Order: sequence, then C-alpha cells, then structure tokens
Amino acid sequence: MKVVVDFSICDLHGLCVEAAPEVFQIGDDGALHVLIETPPDGLRAKVDKAVRECPTGAISIEE
Amino acid sequence: MLRRIVIVGASLAGLRAAEALRDRGFDGELTLIGDEPHRPYDRPPLSKQVLQGAWEPEQTFFRKKDGYDALALDMRLGVRAVSLDLRARRVALADGTFADYDRLIIATGARVRTLSAIAPRAGLLALRGLDDAIVLRRAMMDAPRVAIVGAGFIGLEVAASCRARGLPVTVIEALPVPLSPILGSTFGDMVAAMHRDHGVDLRTGVVVTDVLGESRVAGVALSDGSRIDADVVVVGIGVTPNTEWLERSGLTIDNGIVCNGSGEAAPDVYAAGDVARVANRWHGDSPRIEHWTNAVEQAVHAAENALAGPAASTSFSSVPYFWSDQYDRRIQFIGGGPPHDEIVIVDGSLADRRLTALYRRGDRLVACLALNQPRALIKYRKLLAAGESWNAALSAPVAS
Repeated sequence: MKVVVDFSICDLHGLCVEAAPEVFQIGDDGALHVLIETPPDGLRAKVDKAVRECPTGAISIEE
Repeated sequence: MLRRIVIVGASLAGLRAAEALRDRGFDGELTLIGDEPHRPYDRPPLSKQVLQGAWEPEQTFFRKKDGYDALALDMRLGVRAVSLDLRARRVALADGTFADYDRLIIATGARVRTLSAIAPRAGLLALRGLDDAIVLRRAMMDAPRVAIVGAGFIGLEVAASCRARGLPVTVIEALPVPLSPILGSTFGDMVAAMHRDHGVDLRTGVVVTDVLGESRVAGVALSDGSRIDADVVVVGIGVTPNTEWLERSGLTIDNGIVCNGSGEAAPDVYAAGDVARVANRWHGDSPRIEHWTNAVEQAVHAAENALAGPAASTSFSSVPYFWSDQYDRRIQFIGGGPPHDEIVIVDGSLADRRLTALYRRGDRLVACLALNQPRALIKYRKLLAAGESWNAALSAPVAS
C-alpha cells in the first residue's frame, strides 16, 4: 500500500499522528510529514484508522 | 449466524460503520437506512465553507472519489425507521417495508431543538443538515439582518460566516458568558470579545421571549425588554437525540441510547454517534457526545464488536475531541468537561488569542484547549490518553 496525503486540504488536526505515529508526524516546521510512504502490511490497521479519522479526508491509500 | 447487518442512520457514524464492516471482511447483506434523501455527507463544512460560499453543497458528500460500489450496500435513503422489534430482529420503516437483521447498528443521530411555543414561519431557520444549509445560504444572499439564538459552537460559526459575508449579526445567549460551561469563563470571554471585534452584536444573559412577524420573521423580543429587528432568525440551542422510534423497543433510553462499554444496547444491537451513550473507560461515565471524531470512533468500535461477538468484544475508551473554526481562529478542545479545579495557560496568551491551556481536576490533567496551536494538542492528547498527572503535564516540554 502507498499512503497519499492531499496536503492542500490537510488541516493539521493531528488525528493521523495519534492513529499511526510510525507513518505520520507533524514536524518542527509545523507541517505534516509522511515518514513511510509505503508502510508494511503490519501497519495497515493503523493507517486505515488514520484514513477514517481524518476530519478533512486528506489521506488515502493506493494499493 | 451472521448474514445480515442493518445500520439505521446514514450520516457519518452509519457510513463509517459500514466501511469498517467491509474493511474487516464482512461479506453478507449490509443495509444502510437514512431518513434524508441525500447520500452521506459531512456536516462540519456546512456552517463554514458552504455558508460562506467557498464550497458548493455537493462538495460535502463522502466517498466522492471511491463511490459506493465497493461497499455493496443496500442503501435505502429518504425513509425513516419507525420502530424496532428486538424479538423478531426487525426494523420497520415509514414506507411500510422492513429490514431484518442478525446484527443492528443504530446511528440515528440528533435533531435541532426548537424554541418552545414558537410557530414556524418564513425566515425562522436552523442548521443541522444539508438542506438547512442550502436554505440558509440562499437566505443570506438577500443581505438580511441576521439574529442568531444561542452562542454555542454552531451559532458562533454561523455568526462568523455571516460576518464573512458582511451581514449585520446579533447573537442572543442566555448564559452571561458564552461557552463557559465547556471552556471556562476566561476563554468564553475571549471568544465573546473576538466576535465583538468582528462586528457581532452579542447580547448575553438574555433569552428570546418571542419571535416577531406574522408569516415571516421581523425580529425577536428579548427578556430585557429590547427588540432586535431581523430578516432571518437562526436558532442554535442544541440538539435532541433521535430515539422516539425506539420508545417501545425495550432499549434503555435516557438522553440517548444507553449502551455498555462494548457499544451494545441489547444483545446484537449496537449504537454509535450522537444518539448513543456508550460507557467510556477513559471518561469513567457514559456521556452522550456530539463530536465528529466520537461518531467515527464509536461506529468503528461497534462494527468491530458486532463482528467479534460479545465474548471477543473490546471496551470503548476515548478522549473526547472537538474543534471549531471561527474567523481566522481554530479552537480545539480535547478531554473532559467540567468541573475543572484549575485552568492554566502554558503557552501563548489571551491577548494574542493564540494559546494552549490545560485543565485540572484533582491531581489529574483532564483537558486541553488549543487556540491556533495544533501541535500542542497532539502532545497533550497523548498525555491525556495515558492519564498523566497534572504535575507531569505541567512539566512536559511545550511544543508550539
């Protein structure tokens, strides 16, 4: 799977950072960073949670 | 035997429950019932992007890209559920049809409260659904004078959107300080000042005694004897859970559907979102929570437990979170409501209207308010979820 973030609509709620801290981080620059673009399947459930809980729908998964 | 799952309520919680069921491999019949004619849509943008004209109403629809084919839903829209027969495992619908289930997830949400003893008339509006937003937006095109009853989050967001369009706005609030039961009076005062700075005529400590005008509104009369002339009156005085259809079902209804920590209201019957009172381990109580993220979390939790069954169910634990966008400010609040013993600003200042504040109850950190400081919230969300002590939270390094 590949994690895709639409940064034009990311609103920095930070729920993805809580759901999947291995994959998402808000950096010192105050912007969202994707740490692993193609996370291992073991992180699937966490990334799914991040997708579902994003209030702006900015995160999607491409297979 | 788990062959048929019925979800009643086709808004955020209902949709997320359906998605979670399919994600976790449920391949039986899945029925999604909604009383509105619309496909599921997102409510937070209604009071902001849609009212301000930045979005067309259809931009609020979920799954614009993915569509619904992959979910394989029997989606029944524009039809209300009217009763539930637990023994027959059957939901009756207003069109005379039925939906039979092996598991049921109830996500019928809430509806706006109305002013008591005030007859409906043209220009007397509320904002809850997409159709409400379309009507209000159209009314805002005619350069009306707007009176908003209730300075809760919805009322204040509508006020900010009206000011963005240059409309004269009066907001009427019964409390002396708006939002004080949630944020505390210091930050309630700050929000009030922010609205006044943006030109809102905010009247506090008064209630509406009458809505003026015959066939259409002409204004409102207030308890202090004054009168506000208005062409549009928007009532935002809270919501009521949609539980009437369950009154004779045998489920326990008390300001919402009372559920255990598994999200179960009865064997094989789950509830989620604004209509539900799910026992929350973090909270130590069964609050009814009207927030966006709560609807998502409870829906996914209910879906997982509906598939797992009681023996393998997990108990719900979540730190409540909500946000509100008004003008150029974002208010984010995470944690529990009052009583709070102490509130401390740990970063930023009231003067800048950019700050992080922590809330203490006893020796615990119980909540965090962030105003235009999103990174702080991420840090304190972690501490709140971990149940950190007040002293540990105060000494944690500040991230701004």
